[in-house]
Amino acid sequence: MKAIGRFFRDMNRNKALLLMVLPATIWFIFFSYLPMLGTVISFKEYRVHGGFLSSIIHSRWVGFDNFKFLFSTKDAFIITRNTLLYNIVFIFIGLVLAVAMAIVLSEIANKRLAKWYQTGMFMPYFLSWVIVGYFVYSFLSFDRGMVNKIAASFGMDATQWYSEPKYWPFILVIVFLWKSLGYNSVVYLAAILGIDKSLYEAAMIDGANKWQQIRNITLPMLYPLMTILTLLAIGRIFYADFGLFYQVTRDSGTLYGVTNVIDTYVYRGLKTTGEIGMSTAAGLYQSFVGFVLVITSNYIVRRFNKDNALF
Amino acid sequence: MASLTKNQDFHRLSPVWNILFNLIAGIFALACVFPFLFVMIISFTDEKALARDGYSVFPKKWSVDAYSYLFKAGDQLLRSYGITILVTVVGTIISLIMISLFAYAISRKGFKYRKFFSFFAFFTMLFNGGLVPSYIVTTRLLGLENSLWALILPLAVNAFYIMIMRTFFSTMIPDAIVESGKIDGAGEFGIFFRLIVPLALPGLATIALFSTLGYWNDWFNALLYIDDPNLVPLQSMLMRIENSMQFILANSNNTSLGVGVLQSMPQDTSRMAMVVLATGPIVLAYPFFQRYFVQGLTVGAVKE
Repeated sequence: MKAIGRFFRDMNRNKALLLMVLPATIWFIFFSYLPMLGTVISFKEYRVHGGFLSSIIHSRWVGFDNFKFLFSTKDAFIITRNTLLYNIVFIFIGLVLAVAMAIVLSEIANKRLAKWYQTGMFMPYFLSWVIVGYFVYSFLSFDRGMVNKIAASFGMDATQWYSEPKYWPFILVIVFLWKSLGYNSVVYLAAILGIDKSLYEAAMIDGANKWQQIRNITLPMLYPLMTILTLLAIGRIFYADFGLFYQVTRDSGTLYGVTNVIDTYVYRGLKTTGEIGMSTAAGLYQSFVGFVLVITSNYIVRRFNKDNALF
Repeated sequence: MASLTKNQDFHRLSPVWNILFNLIAGIFALACVFPFLFVMIISFTDEKALARDGYSVFPKKWSVDAYSYLFKAGDQLLRSYGITILVTVVGTIISLIMISLFAYAISRKGFKYRKFFSFFAFFTMLFNGGLVPSYIVTTRLLGLENSLWALILPLAVNAFYIMIMRTFFSTMIPDAIVESGKIDGAGEFGIFFRLIVPLALPGLATIALFSTLGYWNDWFNALLYIDDPNLVPLQSMLMRIENSMQFILANSNNTSLGVGVLQSMPQDTSRMAMVVLATGPIVLAYPFFQRYFVQGLTVGAVKE
């Protein structure tokens, strides 16, 4: 009884603040926690049966069958491979180019010009993947696109870009870098501008040239940021940018072999092919491996430097 | 003094490298802006010239046909603009209120349940149910398909923004302010709205901008939940006309236009004109946004 009394007294004392967390709490319950419970349908043969809860309760329990089906198809291997390989390439090329571009921007003598470049590079970040899809199409359209026209002027044959899988790994990497590089280099640029200028002055007095300064001051000062951002990205390595793989490829079926990632697979399972069970299983596989990766990469960050860890 | 100037010169890049660096950054910056300019040029190209020569930076014949057709048969365009603006404004307001209230409460050291609610929000960053269960909750349980709420609610709260705002509140706002408010007899909500919000404006502005951009550019929720043409937002409309221009005429009030207009409508250039019209506001506004985004990135980098 005493405990219950104290509970109500605490609730009452905190009621204003509890009221403040209420709206977002309700949101989290509906949009985050109920879907977490809903993953139970990856162990069921999902059938619509009245509302949400009764559908889930009444669907037949099939254990790991959905996972067995999923992993017995070629799809599981292809989507895992594509998701991982693209992300690995994005993370590492992205890191190197973003740091390089940040250094380039920070070293340009004319600050006004540098600001203009930065503004230009930042623009793609503000555009949606739908728009980017149109941009890519203006270059790759078979009969009207700029790339085929330039090829023609060199006497080369036109290419059906949207049905030639072999080019897409490169196209997707280029488009990804085009969209994200400006944003990421601004992050590093902000870090570079925060470096204590007296370090460079001291280095100059010691006779260090520009390259020695970059190698011995700028880069080491960026290592913590590079580490944390890279480890965070590794924690998200099982998630792909749906827009990039769906909009930019125009959902072209002939390209699925090199463009199907876990996110597009789950979407198609839900909306196009109707394989709800397998699609949910793939989603749980993604969330579970993603969870393990986030925990692991955070653990590694903590080992390096406690302040950089996410939690 | 003389030696210092010499040192400063020494710090500079050599002219050759400076030019090279300018070229690298300049060419990439141009490559980032070019596609938008290109699409804009295409939208002002004559349809026949386009059929003959393809997309070209220097079209043989210019034309504003695409735009004049769009204004004649553009009910759908206007409606989609309206939906996008409505969703963006309402969504951003709802999102700001929910995020800032939650973040403020868990930033208060006197709040008994702050640890629990912090973890409650934070855990959603680690694990999620995935697309299918979310879809089923949204459609089966909440019944939001084909309603504006399906475009607003899924994007309203974001644990990452809550973490940013909590850090902002706990580092920028001294406890003494809350105490002084209490002494003056204000309730918790009074303290929050009258004392805290004005101080937290920079942080709130950052979240508002991120949220505005998120809503403006969202097409995924429309792809999942919206079939009703009256509720299709801009980005989603652009996806639908990718396959068929029919979509923008299907909902035209101007029935006298009908199929004839569709046949004579400059299809390719109209598409690109619509891309330009949908992107225009963002492209015009982003140089102003950019400064805040850079600040926002710095706010986000600070940990509690």
